Amino acid sequence: MAINLEVPKKHRALVDQAHQVAMNMLRPISRKYDIAEHEYPKELDMLAAMIDGLSESGASEGAGATGVRRDGDDKDKSVKNGANLASVTSVAEMCWGDTGLLLSMPRQGLGNSAIASVANDEQLERFKGTWASMAITEPHFGSDSAAIHTTAVLDGDHYVINGEKIFVTSGERSDCIVVWATLDKSLGRAAIKSFVVEKGTEGVKVERLEEKLGIRASDTAVITFTNARVPKENLLGSPEINVEQGFAGAMATFDNTRPLVAAMAVGCARASLDLTRDLLKAAGIEIDYDKPAILQHAAAAKFLQLESDWEAGRLLTLQAAWMADNRKPNSLEASMAKAKAGRVGSDVTLSCVELCASIGYSEEELLEKWARDSKILDIFEGTQQIQQLIVARRVLGLSSAELK
Amino acid sequence: MSLISNLKPGGRHGVPSSESRDPIGYLVAGLNRLAQTDLLDKVRLRKPTEQVVFSVTRTGFKTMTNASRTFSRAGKKGQPGARPTAAASSGVFDLTPGEDEQMLVDVVTEFSDEVVRPAAAEADKACAAPDDLLKASLEIGLPILGLPEELGGVSEERSAMAGTLVAEALAKGDMGLAIAALAPGSVATAIGLWGTDAQQQTYLPAFSAEDGTVPAAALALNEPTVLFDVLSPSTTATKSGDGYVLNGTKSLVARGDHAELFVVGASLDGKPVLFLVESSTEGLTIEGDPAMGVRAASMTKLNLDNVTVPADAVLGTTDGSTYTECVRLSRLAWCALAVGTAQAVLDYVTPYVKEREAFGEPIAHRQSVAFMVANIAIELQGMRLLTYRAASRAAAGKDFSREVALARKACTDKGMQIGLDGVQLLGGHGFVKEHPVERWYRDLRAIGIMEGTVLV
Repeated sequence: MAINLEVPKKHRALVDQAHQVAMNMLRPISRKYDIAEHEYPKELDMLAAMIDGLSESGASEGAGATGVRRDGDDKDKSVKNGANLASVTSVAEMCWGDTGLLLSMPRQGLGNSAIASVANDEQLERFKGTWASMAITEPHFGSDSAAIHTTAVLDGDHYVINGEKIFVTSGERSDCIVVWATLDKSLGRAAIKSFVVEKGTEGVKVERLEEKLGIRASDTAVITFTNARVPKENLLGSPEINVEQGFAGAMATFDNTRPLVAAMAVGCARASLDLTRDLLKAAGIEIDYDKPAILQHAAAAKFLQLESDWEAGRLLTLQAAWMADNRKPNSLEASMAKAKAGRVGSDVTLSCVELCASIGYSEEELLEKWARDSKILDIFEGTQQIQQLIVARRVLGLSSAELK
Repeated sequence: MSLISNLKPGGRHGVPSSESRDPIGYLVAGLNRLAQTDLLDKVRLRKPTEQVVFSVTRTGFKTMTNASRTFSRAGKKGQPGARPTAAASSGVFDLTPGEDEQMLVDVVTEFSDEVVRPAAAEADKACAAPDDLLKASLEIGLPILGLPEELGGVSEERSAMAGTLVAEALAKGDMGLAIAALAPGSVATAIGLWGTDAQQQTYLPAFSAEDGTVPAAALALNEPTVLFDVLSPSTTATKSGDGYVLNGTKSLVARGDHAELFVVGASLDGKPVLFLVESSTEGLTIEGDPAMGVRAASMTKLNLDNVTVPADAVLGTTDGSTYTECVRLSRLAWCALAVGTAQAVLDYVTPYVKEREAFGEPIAHRQSVAFMVANIAIELQGMRLLTYRAASRAAAGKDFSREVALARKACTDKGMQIGLDGVQLLGGHGFVKEHPVERWYRDLRAIGIMEGTVLV
């Protein structure tokens, strides 16, 4: 045991691989699908096949949104660098390439994360290889996920689902949707369950796709459910309504997906930092790490601040993933990582546009695109304000009734 | 001309030189002069005023350096000294301290909680650390923490990580006292890292003395210059005969009046170089230099007026590389101090905002208050991880210049914000000395300004 915050040796090959993919596969088509919103990035099918091949061969460990489970051998007390750490480092690399395209990766949806986190073994096996998107948000609520209107009613061997979901990432392209619905609205949070709904199911309809500020390569769908019948084995986790446990089961997914979104912000922001460093250098400004910042060019001083904030976000993200790998409860750290990386993502990408002036703002470079892509990362999977609320409640030891 | 310039207010009392007096200004200035004379008192025109009871500004005092000790020469000149080996790395990402490190942190934390924190307010007022506290710090081995076993120390390998954890734990008690306690060990660590065999044999035995006679020592890099660049000190070293002559002023030198050994930064042929200067050397004078914060560290100015040192007073290389390494390790130590003090702020405001009530409920129930606490927690953990990464790289013998720069930036900016919010969360109560948050506010301003002084 010793403190070490370097990317582990055994993940370096994976990170390099992801970096090569990002550079050579995603960057060349980055602008193309930013302009052609809603067009399917067919290049990704090839990439997905390659990634599947790599995971089969065991050469990659948990690239993308897979493998965030916490079962395993309890007796082994040695420090682990596992799938969570591998996922955040490789997701960051891929988002250095293109965040929208990462979110469009076949079979790497947020729904897959939910399945990996809370499904039982039988379900894991059954949904292997599927592409699952995640449907939580409804037109009348965003952060307040306890306010779900979508209902699931047991009818024989099926649940019947009714409701409207918005902001479903990869909602059109995915094979199935993990839908959050309530079994009994009067029982509050505890009655909210998630269901895997296959796309062909009767009554499931993609109504439209959103036009967005950023991550335009990724489709964002509005989906309606009208008496959609889902086999009852597709309920993820326990069907019991445990008022004691409340929302915990469903929310556990977030502990695992928040570090991933934080990693996206880290990756996207690094793209801006790397390019800006290059452009500044061409303009005659180099960052000196030893000279006091106030004695350097204002642009260099600003860059130092951005890089420092960025590195803090990155390390908080690695910490949250490392805790998950080592089976330590990490809700607090996951929210810290998401809060910090989310706001840093915006600050870095927007400031880099400013530093690079019209080159930053023009479509000539990708800096303006990254400054648009980064915004969503401070919103989805829990906004900045929700993360602060979670951190505050944890640090202060206050309930949601005390600190609203 | 001299009369006119004498009447100009600019350039003194913190008044910028662009200021000028109008007729009312002259009248007020004249009244002020009158008010300061004894004449009023002799003719009993002045109301009896309260005497200023006690002010420990120490600005008046100016003295020779502490000259009690001469270090007897030993060891082989010019021969490289013993060096701690780099810490082995398993290549695993891990945030768990090693067993030895954890034990050390536990001991220091206890000392910090039970001895340092209770002494902090008084030491801040007195601008001095209590003797028994400093003695106790010797007993737990702080001065030899960074020294390898063969040099009388405790570490088997490069101990930058352990030093970081210790500085953090001490500063959680009090930053000023932490500096007072860590200053001698910082000089010892520097000699362990860069000293020749002769320098190590001459100076280090005194630091591992077990009879409480470990010398005070100071790593003096700061200078009283606006826009100070530590890498280009204006203190000069010139070759003269067999040795060097040093001239200049070093500011904010911790415990300079007690120090028996200084490591002084000076420019030699345009490169920054470290020099070992014994306090008995002629030409050294010390002045009090109390500052906004870290007052328990008894800050002083060290004047060097034609100070002659021998050729082997150079510590490390003369190409600037040792000096730069020293600056980085010192900044790392300041980062650790910032983390410790910022943690003290968080630990203090957390129960306070839950107990303090306004409008019928604890203020912690309001998001504007709760989010401030959340942001303190988030940024503090960011500061900590940045600092640990730089420390673990330093311990492993890897380049850590970028990492320490990023840590320092965060600890400077976010650390100050935490100090600021700590006071704000207590409102008016934060502004008075009944609570320690105003001291932490003053202490946290030191980060990003201070160079040298401490080192891990």
